Amino acid sequence: MNPAGYLNRLDERKLGLLFVIPALVLMAIVAAYPVLNAMWMSLHRYNVKVPDDYAFIGFQNYARILSSSTWWTAVETTLVFAAISVAFEFVLGLTMALVMNKGMGSATGIVRVAVLVPWATITVVTALAWKWIFTPTFTFSLFSKVMGIFAEESCMLCGRWTSVMAMVFADMWKTAPFIALLLLAGLQSIDGEMYEAADVDGASTWTKFVRITLPALKPAILVALLFRSLDSLRMFDLAYVMTSGQNDTSTVSMISYDYLIKRLDMGVGSAMSVLTFLMVFIVAFIFVKLLGASPEGVEKKTKQVKLA
Amino acid sequence: MTAATVGTFQSAPVPMPAQVHVPKKRTFFTAVAEQPWTTGGIVLLIGYCLFPFLWLVRLSMDPAANGNLFPTSFTLDNYGAVFRNDEFVRAFFNSIIVAGSATLVAMLIGGAAAYALGRLPVPGKQYIMFAVLAVSMFPGIAIVGPIFELWRSIGLFDTKTGLVIPNVTFSLPLAIWIMSSFFRELPRDLEQAAYMDGATPFQAFRKVMLPLAAPGVFTSAILVFINTWNEFLMAISLSATSNSVTVPAAISFFQGENTLEIPVGPISAASVMVMLPLVLMVLVFQRRIVAGLTAGGVKG
Repeated sequence: MNPAGYLNRLDERKLGLLFVIPALVLMAIVAAYPVLNAMWMSLHRYNVKVPDDYAFIGFQNYARILSSSTWWTAVETTLVFAAISVAFEFVLGLTMALVMNKGMGSATGIVRVAVLVPWATITVVTALAWKWIFTPTFTFSLFSKVMGIFAEESCMLCGRWTSVMAMVFADMWKTAPFIALLLLAGLQSIDGEMYEAADVDGASTWTKFVRITLPALKPAILVALLFRSLDSLRMFDLAYVMTSGQNDTSTVSMISYDYLIKRLDMGVGSAMSVLTFLMVFIVAFIFVKLLGASPEGVEKKTKQVKLA
Repeated sequence: MTAATVGTFQSAPVPMPAQVHVPKKRTFFTAVAEQPWTTGGIVLLIGYCLFPFLWLVRLSMDPAANGNLFPTSFTLDNYGAVFRNDEFVRAFFNSIIVAGSATLVAMLIGGAAAYALGRLPVPGKQYIMFAVLAVSMFPGIAIVGPIFELWRSIGLFDTKTGLVIPNVTFSLPLAIWIMSSFFRELPRDLEQAAYMDGATPFQAFRKVMLPLAAPGVFTSAILVFINTWNEFLMAISLSATSNSVTVPAAISFFQGENTLEIPVGPISAASVMVMLPLVLMVLVFQRRIVAGLTAGGVKG
């Protein structure tokens, strides 16, 4: 039968169903099923290398992980990285947006391209570029001197927290311009008359910023922060390339990967990935429930922030 | 070139009446004079955004930086070395095939879903939207283990198809959200008019709505392509040989285990080459990309 002929006979309701089904099936098989499967595997002793030794062991994998210092070190690294990078990216992104909003004049095109370059750069390449910028032999002398203030022999990637800072800088470069773009769109939609009215009342620049600009941007800011937080909590490629997890800089995603793919320990690895999932879920919940990042706003912002 | 633009070359300059106010042309220099701080900020911003990329270009030509800001010698040998590296060339083609087909399939499946969710009466629409949103929040690590197991048992491990499927799935939220916002913006009268002319819902979609939403579809395709080109976790977990290894994975493998012996020159050259298609896309489609990134987002 002619497929177009079949499609042509459908009413709106049936066509709608037919149109969403492929997407739903795919998401069920490649997203929902694996998460449930990971939960199930996390309750087992199961290493791919020893398939015969497979047994249901309840929550023993979780008990083992939660009592290991390796896990908590990774949790600490991940949380510190996420908190600092999101805060820095927000401040830098907002600053950039305010500068761009002041007027780019004839440079608009150049600025637009420049701001899109970090966003379009592959994370692995971002990580490599910054890895070398933070390595004394491959950087320029002025920067080497600056690094010398923070790290012995300017070796930023030799210590734990200096490495985390280096990763924050790399992440910030990639995402702050993008946040700036989103906030700029928000800034441009603020009614200029509000500022004029404030001028009549003799408001200072700071007052206008706090009373007009920030409240107007609040929904955009909350949603940007939500998605940036979720992204940085599952951070993997930056750390993988920049430090390979040396000096306790593994993130939770990285040690889960170590167990799952390198050691093929599906039991422990799955339990770790479920814990990572929970961590991300709790943060999303806090944002939506407590800070009021409204699902409606979230719905509208997803497409943008997901890209970061 | 149109007749009008050709005409301007031929027309003689019209003498201007003296009393007409001619606005001073805004150039870079007048901008500097009028707003030194803003201009300084803009220059700093451009420099900051481009610096790491330029640094890779610099390292690709002269890897032994030794503190010098500018290269002391120029050589394109490293680019030649990358071209001659069979693994890299294959990774490049794998990336094109994986990102290309993932984008195509995501546009088909996501476009249909976006149209349904944006314009058709679908039961439980809010729940479906919520599910799509939830998928975009999934940490990749939570699904990579079971997919790895599943792919090994059904023979999809280390195949390009095995990479395309998860890439399509995780592009769907992005594709659906952007395209449904574009579909929603089209006026409702259009379908009514098509129905009046005797079109069925599917014909209205194919002949009226889809052509009108084409710019939106194209914009989401660019964004999805860039996203899948960047994908890393699945790429290193689900592939093993140059049968399916993509560029990001290949670059991370070239790095090797020993940090002291990294071939900085060739890797920088490879990174620059991988960046070029994307920089080109950004140059050509900059307006579309910005429109796609911010579409529908600010009004709410």
